Amino acid sequence: MITHDVIIVGSGLAGMRCAVEIRRKAPQADIAIVSKIYPTRSHSGAAQGGIAAPLGNVRYDENQMPVPDSEENPQDNWQIHMYDTVKGADFIGDQDAIEILCREAAPTIYELEHMGVPFSRLPDGRIAQRPFGGHANPRACYAADRTGHALLHTLYGELVRYDIKVYPESYMLGLVVEDNICRGITVMDIRTGQIETIQAKATMFGTGGYGRAFKITSNAFSSTGDGITAAYRVGLPLEDMEFVQFHPTGLFSHGILLSEGARGEGGYLLNGLGERFMTRYAPGRMELAPRDVVSRAIYAEIEAGRGAGPNADYVLLDLRHLGKKKLDERLPQITELARDYLGIDPVTEPVPIQPTAHYSMGGIPTDADGRVVTTIDGQDTVIVGFFAAGECACASVHGANRLGTNSLLEATVFGRRTGQTIANFLLGEARDGRGLAPMPAYALKQAEDEVAELLSRRGSENHADIRKELQATMFGNAGVFRQPDKLTQQLGIINDLRERFQRISLDDRGRKYNTELVDVLELSHLLEFSECIVAGALAREESRGAHARRDFPKRDDAKWMKHTLAFRGADGRPQLTYKPVRYGPEGPRFQPEERKY
Amino acid sequence: MEVRFRVHRFDPEVDVTPRYQVYTVDVEGDMTVLDALHQIKWYQDGTVTFRRSCRSAICGSCGMLINGRNRLACNTRVGDLNSPEVSVSPLPGFPVLRDLVVDWDPFFAKDAAMMPYLINDTPAPQKERRQSPEEYEQIDNATLCIMCGCCSSACPIVWSNGEYYGPAALTRLYRFVFDTRDTATQERLALAGSEEGAWRCHTIFNCTTDCPKGVLNTQNIQALKRKVMLKNLGFGGTRIAFELPPPKPKPLSDATAAAHGDYGAGHHRH
Repeated sequence: MITHDVIIVGSGLAGMRCAVEIRRKAPQADIAIVSKIYPTRSHSGAAQGGIAAPLGNVRYDENQMPVPDSEENPQDNWQIHMYDTVKGADFIGDQDAIEILCREAAPTIYELEHMGVPFSRLPDGRIAQRPFGGHANPRACYAADRTGHALLHTLYGELVRYDIKVYPESYMLGLVVEDNICRGITVMDIRTGQIETIQAKATMFGTGGYGRAFKITSNAFSSTGDGITAAYRVGLPLEDMEFVQFHPTGLFSHGILLSEGARGEGGYLLNGLGERFMTRYAPGRMELAPRDVVSRAIYAEIEAGRGAGPNADYVLLDLRHLGKKKLDERLPQITELARDYLGIDPVTEPVPIQPTAHYSMGGIPTDADGRVVTTIDGQDTVIVGFFAAGECACASVHGANRLGTNSLLEATVFGRRTGQTIANFLLGEARDGRGLAPMPAYALKQAEDEVAELLSRRGSENHADIRKELQATMFGNAGVFRQPDKLTQQLGIINDLRERFQRISLDDRGRKYNTELVDVLELSHLLEFSECIVAGALAREESRGAHARRDFPKRDDAKWMKHTLAFRGADGRPQLTYKPVRYGPEGPRFQPEERKY
Repeated sequence: MEVRFRVHRFDPEVDVTPRYQVYTVDVEGDMTVLDALHQIKWYQDGTVTFRRSCRSAICGSCGMLINGRNRLACNTRVGDLNSPEVSVSPLPGFPVLRDLVVDWDPFFAKDAAMMPYLINDTPAPQKERRQSPEEYEQIDNATLCIMCGCCSSACPIVWSNGEYYGPAALTRLYRFVFDTRDTATQERLALAGSEEGAWRCHTIFNCTTDCPKGVLNTQNIQALKRKVMLKNLGFGGTRIAFELPPPKPKPLSDATAAAHGDYGAGHHRH
């Protein structure tokens, strides 16, 4: 058994920022990071367009064009950012956490800049900012269109600076929680196949999202929701899993992200008839309406037979008018992606796009300080020593729909806050109270048995077929628009696939670097949490944010202003309960209103 | 179109020496080498082992030797290789763990030796440290690096001398030396000018040709050499005013010509 004071699972922005903060606040703490890939490979690096903060460096002029703002009297502030976020979230976001997110945004960006993030600049040397969907002011700070990559590599540098131990290519097999106290994790070193338990006073998850449940997705192969399922399997609830964001501009048939920054810089959408169709759906904000609105608009056009291409099944992102110089300077990555993957040059041709599963609003419920909470008899109860931040967590800053550029912000703000919480926990409660909670003996055996059993299966099913079918049916039946018959059908499909999963067979029975085994472990997660997405979506009889029900096209605050919680029942099926939206001691800062753009 | 994939195989639990195994894949449309490897792994032979994650050319996991050049499997379309047989091998010069999977530890250790973090010994201002667009331009191209290892693995000096930092680490060093916000220039130039630093570079340009992101590694290393030399000649302030701005990234296909052209011009002016 390995022991550390803190074990962090996941080495994206949230996990790394957390580690750095603990090192700063509790320098003696023994911290280690477990990651199934190398830290610089994390999916945070794929984020493109920007990170939000109301710095007020740029404002709109009278023609709604972004121009540098004066340094005195900046037009933007955290209250406007908060209102945009609450409204973007379709009013189901927890306002206490959203307030923190927006209040801490500007200091967070300055801190990242001091760490060395290579932000793009205004002529006077300040950080450049550009417009993004759902934001009232241009507040996306960016590093060309590789903002996530710039942040990820900067934070990786901080890990090196602070000499934080990393276990790369180590797969977290399970979480160990007993009596509401987290004991640590079980882990397999992918390189050797060796299985170990890691005992820790504090365990933190920054394990990312679950977009890989869908066929068309912007997510990396590694975004399989492992942390989310690990929490679910030990009896913790998952919150609001039905809220899955579809990004409007995925590269057609690949799903690869083409940044919303493209629309922020003035790119627009055309249907097959060459019409700028957003006039019909969001005349006030056009292409810069929030992502849920734009994604539905694209689907509506395609369903009305106004799609582009031979099968009229996509629409076009037109960037030609921006010109080569601006594309090379502001959007070089997506220009390269369109060229490399579709052979299309955005300088001369519009790019075929379709909505792509992008962000997971749901996840492991936490409070505004990164502590994981479960709900027992209607009361929130903290799981001692267990923390989560970033996309795997649900402090519900994004509610039913996340605004672009708020995810990088969430990962860094809540990564840091969680690090602070853990440092305080180590210096206080964990030191004076109990130290390391005992690791139950069954944990290691359970992990070893799971792997041995998978390796011994001799069935006739191919795990890749099962994955493919799951992803295709999830995209078709639980995608941008939802209806009860298809969701019910999808529950049946998942049930069948889970049975077929019992009859899989692996070609690779070795222990060293068995990536087929990792694929299969990940598939078991996809099958498990997908059921929570579908069950939550079937139960929620309203349309809110990214969750759009054809039979209930309106938001229903009287019945549904509440968070879904899915617990794993005794039969292994999700059991749904609900909990209220949090507002903080002073009550809601913003009351629900109709969401118009 | 049926394409034969000749895949490097090595299983440390069984094999003494590596071997090649041939798989046939029906390639259609825009299929990439990574798609083809998945076809093989998922439907023909689950034991074929390789790394990948983002499949959008930003995470740097799937660098490998494809038809004689280091490339990312995820953004290399099979059709573009224009070849009835595609050979796929691990990155040259890296220890092989299994099949196409190499050991990254030595590579990341060299990166860590470059102090890959901003050092500034002046107190941080309330807001951002100012940096003009022109100053940002100096490091823009170098920050494109995704640490896929294609450059260092293509460098004959790295093959013959495992201690040489190599182009990836030196580009990282360049990125901080030329960042106007960094104040550790002297320490960094000491690294650049050390035994295993920039002077080992023989300007073979493989690193620049094989970089899938258009990073001008060779030019970055030459800029470090100039800066080290000027410092040694006594012009060694931390700011040197007449550095050439790096040119814009070029598409992969004409990266070689561009790098030669730009470097030639820069060299001439000095």
